[in-house]
Amino acid sequence: MITLDAVTKTYSSEVAIGPVSVEIARGGITALVGPNGAGKSTVLTMIGRLLGADEGSIEVGGHDIATTRSRTLATVLSILRQENHFVTRLTVRQLVGFGRFPHSRGRLTAEDERHIDAAIDFLDLADLQDRYLDQLSGGQRQRAYVAMVLAQDTEYVLLDEPLNNLDMQHAVQMMRQLRRAADELGRTVVVVLHDVNFAAHYADRILAMQDGQVVEHGAPREIMTDEVLTRVFHTEVQVIEGPHGPLAVYY
Amino acid sequence: MSPQSSPASPATVPATRPVEGAPRSRARETRPDGRRGRRRRLGLLVGLAVLAVAASVGVLTWNNPMTVGSEGFWLIAQMRVETLVSVAVVAVAQGAATVAFQTATHNRILTPSIMGFESLYTAVQTGAVFLFGIAGATMVVGLPQFLLQAVLMVAFASALYGWLLSGRFSNMHLMLLVGVVIGGGLGSLSTFMQRLLTPSEFDVLTARMFGSIANAESAYLPYALPAVLVVAAVLWLRGRRLDVVALGADAATSLGLNHRREVMLILLMVSVLMAMSTSLVGPMTFLGFLAATLTYQLFDTPSHRLLLPAAGLVAYTILTVAYFLLRHVFYAQGAVTIIVELIGGGVFLIVLMRKGRL
Ligand SMILES: Nc1ncnc2c1ncn2[C@@H]1O[C@H](COP(=O)(O)OP(=O)(O)OP(=O)(O)O)[C@@H](O)[C@H]1O
Ligand SMILES: [Mg+2]
Repeated sequence: MITLDAVTKTYSSEVAIGPVSVEIARGGITALVGPNGAGKSTVLTMIGRLLGADEGSIEVGGHDIATTRSRTLATVLSILRQENHFVTRLTVRQLVGFGRFPHSRGRLTAEDERHIDAAIDFLDLADLQDRYLDQLSGGQRQRAYVAMVLAQDTEYVLLDEPLNNLDMQHAVQMMRQLRRAADELGRTVVVVLHDVNFAAHYADRILAMQDGQVVEHGAPREIMTDEVLTRVFHTEVQVIEGPHGPLAVYY
Repeated sequence: MSPQSSPASPATVPATRPVEGAPRSRARETRPDGRRGRRRRLGLLVGLAVLAVAASVGVLTWNNPMTVGSEGFWLIAQMRVETLVSVAVVAVAQGAATVAFQTATHNRILTPSIMGFESLYTAVQTGAVFLFGIAGATMVVGLPQFLLQAVLMVAFASALYGWLLSGRFSNMHLMLLVGVVIGGGLGSLSTFMQRLLTPSEFDVLTARMFGSIANAESAYLPYALPAVLVVAAVLWLRGRRLDVVALGADAATSLGLNHRREVMLILLMVSVLMAMSTSLVGPMTFLGFLAATLTYQLFDTPSHRLLLPAAGLVAYTILTVAYFLLRHVFYAQGAVTIIVELIGGGVFLIVLMRKGRL
C-alpha cells in the first residue's frame, strides 16, 4: 500500500501541490489522470523519492521513504520519470541491465541475465537490444526505459506517462503488459496516463488530480461520467457505452 | 559470468515472463556489448601497453652514454626510472581524475583543470614570488609546503563542491560555472601579479610554472605515489557505482544510490589526485582531457572498471611517447608538456567542432 499523509510541495508562492492525503491499495493498476500542471508528476516523483516533499509523510509498502535507505527502497519501488536523459552511450541491453543494480550491485549473474532477457522480450525489444539508445526512435527509447524499470523487479512500479511517443500497437501492448505484471506477478503499478479511455479500460482505480489536489479517487465506472470528467479536465466530455466499457468522447 | 542458455527454472521465474513464442534464452551477456567488442578492447589495451612499454624502454636505455651494465649506466637509468614513475603517477592521476570528474558532473568537456584546481596552484606559486621575491620561489618547495599545498587544494575543492552541491544550490551547472569563474579569476590574479614582477623573478617563476616532466619534484614521489595509487584503487573499486552515477541523478537515485554523496566522494578523490599531479609537475591543462576523450572514443564502453585504467594507460602512453620523441629525437625535453598541451588543445578543438558526441 502507498500512503500519502498531507504531502505538500511548494514550488513558489503561486504554485503549491497538495496537501495530498490518499491511500493507494496494494496490487492492481492505479491511473493518475488530470490536466497539464495538475501535479501528477510532482506527486509521483515524491512517492518515488526523487523529489523531497516539503511537508507530510509518504509510506510505500510500510517503508517511510524519508527514512528508509535508498538502497532498500530500490528493491521495493522503481520509478520512471516523464523525461529521461541518459547521456552515456549505452545499448538497450546495457540500459536494461542497470535495472538489476539494486540486486547485484553491477555484477550480473545468470539470474540477472534472465531478468534482462525477460524484460526485453516483455517490451518487444529483442531485435533492438544491441542498438545504442541514440539510434532509436522516441517510442523505442521509451520502451527501453520501461524495460529497465521492469528489470528492477520491484513490487511497486511508478511510471510517468509511459505511453509517451508510443504508437497504437505499442501503447496497447504496454498496457496489456502492465496488466499482466499486476495480475500475474502481483505488482502494484501507478501510472500517469493522459488518455482517460486507456485509464478506464486497463486500470483498477483512477485517481484524478486538479490544481495540486486529488479531486476524485475511485473505480473507473465512478470516474467515467460526463459530470466528473468535464469538471476535472475543463472540457466538455460525453461518456458513451463502447464495445469494451465506457468511452469518453471529447472532440 | 557465464552465458546461460537453459530456460528459467520454476524456482526463479523471472519477474517479467517472456511473451509466448518469443525467442528465449539467447546466450548473451550484458557487459560491454558482446564478444567482438571485448576482443577489440583487449587488443587495444595490449597495443597501448606495448607502445607504453616500448616508449618506457626507449626512455630508459636510449642514448645512455655509459656502457651497458656499468655502474654509471645504472645510475643514469635509475634517474630515468624516477622520471618514468613520476610520469606514471601523473598519468594515472590525470586520467582517472578526469574520467571520474566528467562522470560525476555529467559532462565531457570540462575537466578538473579548467575548474580552478591548477589556477589555485599557479596563484599560490605566483603569490609566493610576488610577496617574497625570488626567495619565495624556493619557499614553496619542500615537503611541508607540498603537504600544505595539497591540503589547500583539497580543502578548496571540497568547500566549493560541498557548498555548491548541498542545500538549496544543489545544481551541477551552477557548480561548474562557479568553478570556471573562480579558475579564471585566480588565473587573472596570477597574471596581474606576474605583470608586477621583475624580469628575473618572472624568469624563475616561469621555470617553475611550466609543468615539466624532466623536472618532476621527485622528492614528493614517496607521498604522491601511494596517495595516487590508493585513491585510484578506491575509484576503481567503486567503478560499478560510477557506471550508475553516469546515468544521472534520477536514475541513480531510483537504483538505490545516494547520488549526491557519491558525487561528493568522487569530487573529493578527484581533488586529491589533482593536488598530487599538480604538485609533482605543475599544471597540465589538457592532458586529462586528451586522455579521457581518446579513451571514450577508443574503448566505447560505459564500464568504469575499464575506462579508469584505460585513461591512465592512454595518458601514460601519450606522455612517454612525447617525452621519448622530444628528448631523443628532437632534443627538446623541456617542451614535453607544452607539446602535449598543444596537441591536447588541438584535439579539444576538433572534438568540439565535431561535437556530434563527446
Ligand atoms: N521545478 C519546478 N519549479 C517550479 N514549478 C514547478 C516545477 N515543477 C513543476 N512545477 C509546477 O508545478 C505544477 C505541477 O507540475 P507537474 O509536473 O506535477 O504537473 P503534471 O500534472 O505532471 O503535468 P503534465 O501533464 O503536463 O505532465 C505545474 O504548475 C508546474 O508549473
Ligand atoms: Mg507530468
